[in-house]
Amino acid sequence: MIYPLYLLYLIVYGFILTAALGLLASWVDRKVTARVQYRVGPPVLQPFIDIAKLLGKETLIPAGASRLPFLAAPVVGLAGVILVSTLLWVNDIYPEKSFLGDLIVVLYLLIIPSLTIILGGFASGNPLASLGASREMKLVLAYELPFVLAVLVPVIKSGFSISIGEILSFQAENGATALSLAGFLALIVVIMCMQAKLALVPFDIPEAETEIIGGPLIEYSGAALAVYRLMKNMLLCTLPFFVMILFMGGLRFDGIHLLYGVLKFIGLVALITVVRNTNPRLRIDQAVRFFWGPMTLLAVIAVELALLGW
Amino acid sequence: MKLNALLRSPWVFHLSTGSCNNCDIEVLDCLTPRFDIERFGMLLAGSIKHADVLLITGSCNRQSVERLKRLYEQVPKPCLVAAIGECALSRGMFIHSYNCPEPLDKIIPVDVYIPGCPPKPEAIIAGVVKLIERVKAKT
Repeated sequence: MIYPLYLLYLIVYGFILTAALGLLASWVDRKVTARVQYRVGPPVLQPFIDIAKLLGKETLIPAGASRLPFLAAPVVGLAGVILVSTLLWVNDIYPEKSFLGDLIVVLYLLIIPSLTIILGGFASGNPLASLGASREMKLVLAYELPFVLAVLVPVIKSGFSISIGEILSFQAENGATALSLAGFLALIVVIMCMQAKLALVPFDIPEAETEIIGGPLIEYSGAALAVYRLMKNMLLCTLPFFVMILFMGGLRFDGIHLLYGVLKFIGLVALITVVRNTNPRLRIDQAVRFFWGPMTLLAVIAVELALLGW
Repeated sequence: MKLNALLRSPWVFHLSTGSCNNCDIEVLDCLTPRFDIERFGMLLAGSIKHADVLLITGSCNRQSVERLKRLYEQVPKPCLVAAIGECALSRGMFIHSYNCPEPLDKIIPVDVYIPGCPPKPEAIIAGVVKLIERVKAKT
C-alpha cells in the first residue's frame, strides 16, 4: 500500500514542483543576464513557452546516428533528475523517511545527466557533437574529485552520517555547515563544481555556443531537445537545492525559515548567473587544471579542518 | 496551438546566400541591447536543428542554392521563412547576373519580405511583427 505514495512523491515533488521551480530559475537566470547587459529580457513564462513549442516540433534523426541511444539519452537523463530531486524533496520535507547512504545515491544520480549528454552527443554522429561530448567527459572527470571531497565536509561535521535526513537534522540543531570555516571553504568548492555540472560559463566548454554551436545538443530537435532543455532547467533547481541541503540547512517550512529558504535559493541562482555573466570561457585543459589543482587543494584543506573540528 | 507557441518563442537562424554582409550586420543589430529581440522570446539559434524562423539574406547564387535547399530540408517543421534585403527579395542589382538564376521565393516558400538595402533593424522587427500577426490571423 506504500507504493502509490512513492509514485505520488515522484510525480508531484520530483517532476511537477522541480520542473516549475527549475523553469522559473531559468527565467531568473535569463532575466538577470538581460539586466546585466542593459536589456529588458524575456517574459516570465518564456521557458515554459519554449518547452511547449519544442514539443510541437518535428524530431529529426540524423542519417548517421544510432537511433536508440540518440532518442533514449534525453529520457534517461530526465528520469535521473526526477529521481534525484524526489530523493532531495522527500528528505527535506520528511527527514524521518531518510535511509542510510542516500547521500551516496544522490551523488551517483547527479552524474547521470552528464552521462546522458555524453551518450547523446556521441550517438548523434556529428563531429562537433562528438567533440563536445568528449569535452564533457573530461569535465566530469575534473570536477567529480573536488565535488565528492567537498561533500565529505558536511558528512564529517554531522558525525560521519551518510544520510541526508541526519545531516539536515544536525544542521537544524547546530546551525548550518557553511557557518564554520571548513564548511565555508567546501561551499566555495561546491559552487564552482555546480557551475561546471550545469555547464555554464566559465565551464560551458562542452557546449560552447560560439565555438562548437551547442556541442552534444547540436543534432537534437523537437521533443528530444525539449526533454534535454527541461532536464537542464530542472538541474538548475536541483543542484542549488542540494547545496542548500548540505551546507545551508535546507528548506524549512516553519514560519520565517521558509522566507530564508527562498532567499537562499534565489541567492544561489543569482550567484550562478552573475558568475556566468562576468567570466570568459576557459579551455578544457585550464578547467581540468583548475579543478585538480586549487579546488582539490581547497577541498582537502576543508576536509582536514572539518576533521579537526573547525 | 503548435504555431501559437512557435510565434511566442521563434528561434531565428541566420542564413546568408551570398550577400554583401550589410543585411547580416543589420540582423545582428536586432540582437543588441538597444533592440533586444529576446523581449519577444526570440533567440539566435546556432544549429539549424533548433531553428523556427529562417532569416535569409543574399542573392541566392548558384553555389549557395544547393546549400539553401539542404538547410531548408533540415529545419524541423513547422517553420517560417523571412527574406531580408533587396537581394533576397528580387536579387537586387544582380538581377541580370549569370550567377543568380532565380529569386529566393521561386526556390523555397517565403512568408515575409523585408525590403531595404540594407533594411534597418526597426524594419526587420516590424516585418517579423507583421509576419506574426498574419500567421495569427490565419489560424
